[in-house]
Amino acid sequence: MGLGLTLLVVVVALLASALAPFDPFALAGPPLAPPSRAHLMGTDALGRDLFSGVLHGARTSLLVATVVGALVMTIGLAVGMASGYRGGLLDDVLMRVTEIFQTLPRFFLAIVVAALFGSELRYLVLVLGLTSWALVARVVRSEVLSLRGSEFVEAARASGASDIRIILREILPNTLPAAIAYLGLLLAQVILLEASLGFLGLIDPSVISWGYLAGQAQRFLRVAWWLSLFPGVAIMVAVLGLNLLADALTDVLGGRG
Amino acid sequence: MIGRYVGRRLLQVLPTVAGILLIGFLLLHLAPGDPVLALAGEHGDAAYYAFMREKFGLDRSLPQQLATYVGNVLRGDLGVSYIQGRPVVDVIAERLGATLLLTASALVLSSAAGILLGLLAASRSGGPRDVTVSAGALGLYAAPVFWIAQLALLTLSLRIGLFPVQGMTRPGGAPAGLAGVLDVARHLTLPVLVLASQEIAAVTRLTRIGLIEELASDHIRTARAKGLAERFVVGTHALRRALLPVVTVIGGRVGHLLSGAVVVEVVFGWPGLGRLLLSAMQTRDSPVLLGIFLLVAFSVVIANLLTDLAYGWLDPRIAYR
Repeated sequence: MGLGLTLLVVVVALLASALAPFDPFALAGPPLAPPSRAHLMGTDALGRDLFSGVLHGARTSLLVATVVGALVMTIGLAVGMASGYRGGLLDDVLMRVTEIFQTLPRFFLAIVVAALFGSELRYLVLVLGLTSWALVARVVRSEVLSLRGSEFVEAARASGASDIRIILREILPNTLPAAIAYLGLLLAQVILLEASLGFLGLIDPSVISWGYLAGQAQRFLRVAWWLSLFPGVAIMVAVLGLNLLADALTDVLGGRG
Repeated sequence: MIGRYVGRRLLQVLPTVAGILLIGFLLLHLAPGDPVLALAGEHGDAAYYAFMREKFGLDRSLPQQLATYVGNVLRGDLGVSYIQGRPVVDVIAERLGATLLLTASALVLSSAAGILLGLLAASRSGGPRDVTVSAGALGLYAAPVFWIAQLALLTLSLRIGLFPVQGMTRPGGAPAGLAGVLDVARHLTLPVLVLASQEIAAVTRLTRIGLIEELASDHIRTARAKGLAERFVVGTHALRRALLPVVTVIGGRVGHLLSGAVVVEVVFGWPGLGRLLLSAMQTRDSPVLLGIFLLVAFSVVIANLLTDLAYGWLDPRIAYR
């Protein structure tokens, strides 16, 4: 079910322009209109169709999640494998660094960055990507530690393979499943973070995001409940999907090292 | 022996603190534009900027600036908010109480409720009670805080009128004495419930899993075999052991609670650090923003430290290493 939900979000995001009946920025209907046949989720204060907005918001979330995910996986895998395989001083130093990044309050850091550097999406993505890899690194490291002494690694080493080769061919594929499960949980968090930041108005307003939509709804709460309901539901679907997917992956892998 | 463990943990904290300070410093200097503008605002004249440059040592070399910066922070000088014309520490201090009240209440509530719900679910695991609690927790966990806040506001405040809509006290300030306390309490209820909700979900899930594992383990079977009452078995034996990971998680979630508090404060108009953060953000008041960032980061470090120490105390195996 997690897979289903996540796929739904991904597909919607990719097809948003095709699916959306209106341009999300266009003044498509009467302002603050409740949900109806013409506007499935109603319209906002300027008369923009909310349904289209929500669909496009999926694209933003997908974009953020993908880039952050790529950054996190790259750094997390690199640090985890170097740390676990080499051990010793490198391990100690890297683990200290990991601890620092694990403690950093990302939400507040993102706010500071947005204030100092500007609210463009790329800064948000960079901040989240460069600071969220800590848990992935730890998971990878513990996998590597348990794999280090295993038979096929010994065999590879006996046949004269270089360290890099061993890491890439033997160890990396085996650490991926656990890392990906964690990635699922992490991306769910990232979407929630992105939504909260959007809600506070810290994300580029020229980009539609679910959080931003909900933030705009704050002023009209009394008269237009749909403005806050639907973006929230969308976020919930995405986060739930990712969480369930990650849980399912962990269950499937349960019983490994 | 306990002393040595504490001492060691304190030492381990130092690199983290150093890292946080370094990051704060780097952010100021990596940002596009002159750091003076970030620290002193955009409306000064040349003389003011020269003065500020002097004060922050911005014309000296980078390592020297770092030293000045670290020295200032450690002495409690977080700079001056040029928007408000006051030291950052003062600005933060006057809002801190409200946020602490909100966050601490939410922490206590979520811990108690979470553990209780986890207990309820795990003691009849697989049954309808368990399924309901687990599903509820999962749903709550996935919902963004601001959404829960808005929904609560919509239904409980605006529609039914059960709770006040905004602020910490009645307009015009709180009355003195007990009436004042009750007034604040009434305003506090909804924000705390909302803030606690996501944490409750997390703690419930964790307690439940920990308890289920514990209840299946050997020494619980022994306790049962010894003929001890079921409630005693679950309540004391299993619970104490299962609480260990819960304690660790609660400590780590302080950062999460604080970020949730920001959102809750904005939605409910609660006059704490969250709202300060938002207005500082809108006015680009970087010293205040950085000050809050440092404060939160250090709080997380302290919370982690305290939970580690509590963990060591709860699990006697660790303290004697």
